[in-house]
Amino acid sequence: MTVLEAEDIGVSFGGLTALQGVSFRVQAGEIFAIIGPNGAGKTTLFNIISGIYVPLAGRVRLIGEDVTAFEPHLLARRGLSRTFQNLQVFFRMTAAENVMVGRHLHERRNVIAHLFTLPSVLRQNRATRQRAEELLAFVGLADLADRAAGALPYGALKRLEIARALATEPKVLLLDEPAAGCNPVETEEVDAVIRRIAEQGIAVVLVEHDMRMVMQISSRIHVLDQGRTLTEGTAAQVRTHPDVIAVYLGTQGTEAARAHG
Amino acid sequence: MRRFAASPYGVVVLIAVLVAALPAVLPTTFYVRIAALVFIFALAVVGLNLLMGFAGQVSLGHAGFFGIGAYAVAIGPTHLGIPSWAAFVIGVALAALIAFLVGRPILRLKGHYLAVATLGLGILIAMVMTNEAAWTGGPDGMPVPRLELFGWRVRGPVTWYWVSGITLVIGAWIAANLIASPTGRAFRAIHDSETAARVLGVDVARYKLLAFVLSAAYAAVAGAYLALFDGLVTPDSAGFLRSIEFVTMAVLGGLGSIFGSVVGAMILTVLPQVLTVFHDYEHIALGAIMIVFMIFLRAGIVPSLLTFLRRSS
Repeated sequence: MTVLEAEDIGVSFGGLTALQGVSFRVQAGEIFAIIGPNGAGKTTLFNIISGIYVPLAGRVRLIGEDVTAFEPHLLARRGLSRTFQNLQVFFRMTAAENVMVGRHLHERRNVIAHLFTLPSVLRQNRATRQRAEELLAFVGLADLADRAAGALPYGALKRLEIARALATEPKVLLLDEPAAGCNPVETEEVDAVIRRIAEQGIAVVLVEHDMRMVMQISSRIHVLDQGRTLTEGTAAQVRTHPDVIAVYLGTQGTEAARAHG
Repeated sequence: MRRFAASPYGVVVLIAVLVAALPAVLPTTFYVRIAALVFIFALAVVGLNLLMGFAGQVSLGHAGFFGIGAYAVAIGPTHLGIPSWAAFVIGVALAALIAFLVGRPILRLKGHYLAVATLGLGILIAMVMTNEAAWTGGPDGMPVPRLELFGWRVRGPVTWYWVSGITLVIGAWIAANLIASPTGRAFRAIHDSETAARVLGVDVARYKLLAFVLSAAYAAVAGAYLALFDGLVTPDSAGFLRSIEFVTMAVLGGLGSIFGSVVGAMILTVLPQVLTVFHDYEHIALGAIMIVFMIFLRAGIVPSLLTFLRRSS
């Protein structure tokens, strides 16, 4: 089933074309990677899909509904959440509280009840907290639940953002460089987490620089270069595509070499 | 024990104990009067702290809402024949309504721009109070009829000590409830990253507005109390300096700390009284003390001291 569809997306900033004619479809339960050299427009594409930027051209469809230029909180309600390349953690809250914010849409939001802490609020707080602990355990952060997020190491924050986004119970999860800044061990852990997320039927859309990881876990790969689609296909197809090799050898030869290994 | 002290409910109990025990050590009604003033200002600052310390949105115009509460209990009985208690309710509702209507457009602004917009709002409200002399008595202000509830005349420092003290405990309790709820988590999330809050489904505009309206209601309750306590209201109660005073109390005591709001209100109310021993140098001393506090306790008095205690144990 197609859960996310981008059609002919285009955007430009100050006359500079950042994206043009980008289209793709993502199925439930697949891991779909978007790769490309620096400045190819990957993060811009993410920001358009998640409602942070408004595209000049094209449509975004989420589970059949046209959601182009919808505000992010409305997209979250319809089943799309994301993580950020430059971390957007709630640093003054604990790890568990960060994830609890992710439960917002699944909590009753009756302010009057909140003002007087009716028993239902206490019950709900306990349920939210429990779900947050489960999700922290899922990404391997169970021990750090009550630590201030501001005091956690970078690799843990990356996984905290994943747990937080999962708390919204998304159907589509956008991960912007989930393994950036992680050591090889942490990268493998993130790897395993992403696979388990996809196994639950969630569509994972991934922007990642770690080519080894992308080639290993992605069911399909979409290659961008200078704001345009270069090609799309399985890891084997993309790896041998002459244009992809040209782009990567031209600009990032080492990454391409690693991709072959 | 420390866990209890750090929890918002521990703070509510602490404030309740303070209110209950303080009369035993206050030597004269002069001090009781000052304590009542501390509680009234603390109530306004607890509300402002919900907006600034938790939701992370600045307001330099909160005295405007304070003034609306104050003038409501003056104008209602005097000009409209409404009983004081009803005028009080109407005043708080009116402040909340104005916050709701004005908050929608101005809370789109961020940081310094929001500060200037709220500043303008406060000045505007104070100007109305100064200029509509037929209703408000103009720059000289107007007398406020005493509050009477079921034949009980609410007057005098001791009575107002208990009324304002108990209201402060309730206000702190409500704030603590809110902070521990999904609404409070949404406030704090917005403070740290609006973008992240949005992608998690938090309707950021709605929660900013809610914090603004709630804090306006707190300020209006406090303003009405002060007017009823003093028996007089002037445009200064809604003025720019009062707004700045509220922000200073919140920041000095500690943003994001309910007990900090009480400490901030206490210091800025009590210190000027104590410093009168310095005569001409009173204001210099006050300014110097505030600067020293902010340099050495930069997260505010209460949060900084808590951090210090945690480290030293």
